[in-house]
Amino acid sequence: MKRVWLRQITGVIGLEWKKTFLSRRGWWVYLMVLAPVGLNLMHSLVALRGFRSHSVFQDSQIFAGEFEGYFLHLGIFFGCMGIFSNLFRGEMLEKTLHYYFLTPMRRELLVIGKFLAGLIVALVLFESSAAISFWLIGRHQGAAWSEFLQHGPGAGQMSSYLLVTALACVGYGAVFLVAGLFIRNPMIPAAVVMVWENLNPFLPSLLKKISVIFYLKSLTPVQLNVPPPFSVLVTETDPAPAWLAVPGLLVVASLVLAYAAISARRAEIGYGE
Amino acid sequence: MSNRLITFGEVSRFYGEVLGINRVNLAIPPGITSLVGPNGSGKTTLMNLMTGLIRPTRGDIRVLGVRPDEPEKLGPLIGYCAQFDNFPKGLTGYQFLYSFLRIRGMNDAECEERTRTALATVNLAEAAQRPVAAYSKGMRQRIKLAQAIAHDPQIVVLDEPLNGLDPMARAETIELFQEWGGKGRHVIVSSHILHEVDRISDQVILLSHGYVVAEGQIQGVRSEVKDQPMQILIRCDQPNALAARLFLQDHVVEAKIHPDGKGILLRTTDADQFYLMLNRIVLETGMEVESVAPADDDVNSVYQYLIGGEGGTT
Repeated sequence: MKRVWLRQITGVIGLEWKKTFLSRRGWWVYLMVLAPVGLNLMHSLVALRGFRSHSVFQDSQIFAGEFEGYFLHLGIFFGCMGIFSNLFRGEMLEKTLHYYFLTPMRRELLVIGKFLAGLIVALVLFESSAAISFWLIGRHQGAAWSEFLQHGPGAGQMSSYLLVTALACVGYGAVFLVAGLFIRNPMIPAAVVMVWENLNPFLPSLLKKISVIFYLKSLTPVQLNVPPPFSVLVTETDPAPAWLAVPGLLVVASLVLAYAAISARRAEIGYGE
Repeated sequence: MSNRLITFGEVSRFYGEVLGINRVNLAIPPGITSLVGPNGSGKTTLMNLMTGLIRPTRGDIRVLGVRPDEPEKLGPLIGYCAQFDNFPKGLTGYQFLYSFLRIRGMNDAECEERTRTALATVNLAEAAQRPVAAYSKGMRQRIKLAQAIAHDPQIVVLDEPLNGLDPMARAETIELFQEWGGKGRHVIVSSHILHEVDRISDQVILLSHGYVVAEGQIQGVRSEVKDQPMQILIRCDQPNALAARLFLQDHVVEAKIHPDGKGILLRTTDADQFYLMLNRIVLETGMEVESVAPADDDVNSVYQYLIGGEGGTT
């Protein structure tokens, strides 16, 4: 009896992860996941054929730019939009949310269950994408890249990228889950969040902290010096120490999820009547 | 006693400017209660309110003493078969029932047993491992019913549950309703199939334009409709003589000889007076009366008197 809540959450995860993984509506998320893998594979193949070669340092710099420019600003951002905003919005569109609302499950647990299901999917997709992309980008270096990964800063960098990827999924996931509770068209909250995130460098210190990118940027392992015009893809933020960045982002995500839970408790089944 | 009732106290629900239901007062006892009314009369709104899927704009609702906005308390009490013919994607019938029992917090063994029982109850055991998406309309309706009853709720709310069922399945489903109602559960049904509503209902609630027009046992409701003369069919061996006597009475509005010549269809404003008089005529004339039965105390007639139109499928 005392594990009822656990059974309920695992029940929701069990139903949701399959739906989310196999969602036809989310085919483009897979494209966003595979794009950097494909790009880095091509980079590796081109370099192997001797058309152009970089040093290990250059490859790690290229990946840093790719990670910040693509993964954080596009891939994970829009991927999480596709995955998390669908958790409630998708059920509304398919008129199946009432099955959940009619159970004796606390709505707060429903939010947690759905969030965890989305998080599992997002982590599997984007952690794999980031790890494979990182491995592929320097693969053409052969032994030097292996040495960089095993005994150099490579392993540490990869761990940091994976940590930032996970935190990005948590942060953007929470934001888009709550957006999906209220707004039918996910592009509207996505545009608002994106503008907010890119305004971050210009915001007052307190407002900067109500942002996902503020915490993530501080945790990326390689600091970039990006020349124009690519610098527009990189958000400059005041650095936050890791001890603040990780719990800070988790606190922001928890607050957003708490708001989602309160909203879910008050939610009604409308289905657009 | 109120803990055995579903009560609505001055309940109104508006969708923006649009009226869902207005100032509804109800106390629904156990048994089969049918919600009858044209499209847009407020039947689904009433059901969604009592299941907690929407909240009232004004007023108070209690479901066996529980507020519908407390899903943790209401969930075990209630099962709802909604009108929406939609299901979570990619599930078989078995997985559909099992998953939502799991979300109710039941353990594996309990989920399994209840899933099998519910599937057997609606005769879907053989189709259990087939995807719900491949089910026929009738099977989808039955799997929704199974989902509504799988956790053995005290209240079953069914929005148009007979839609899409073939006559055999319809008869079996009605039998189920009667069984549940007989066990002292609340079975709340909305249906357009009025002659079946008539057959199964312990009480009816007639709705029109968001208002409760009448409620109670159908005969009681009919007798309250004073402005419509009662129709009574009398089968006897001397219909002409009976008609002649009846025409002398003030309360008789119309007396029509039955097409087969063996009875009269009477319209009277005072049924009690008529019954007393019929006794006298029989004693005086020795007329043989085969049967006397009200001809318009069914849901369809009451629906036409109170709401108008054809009512529904009869």
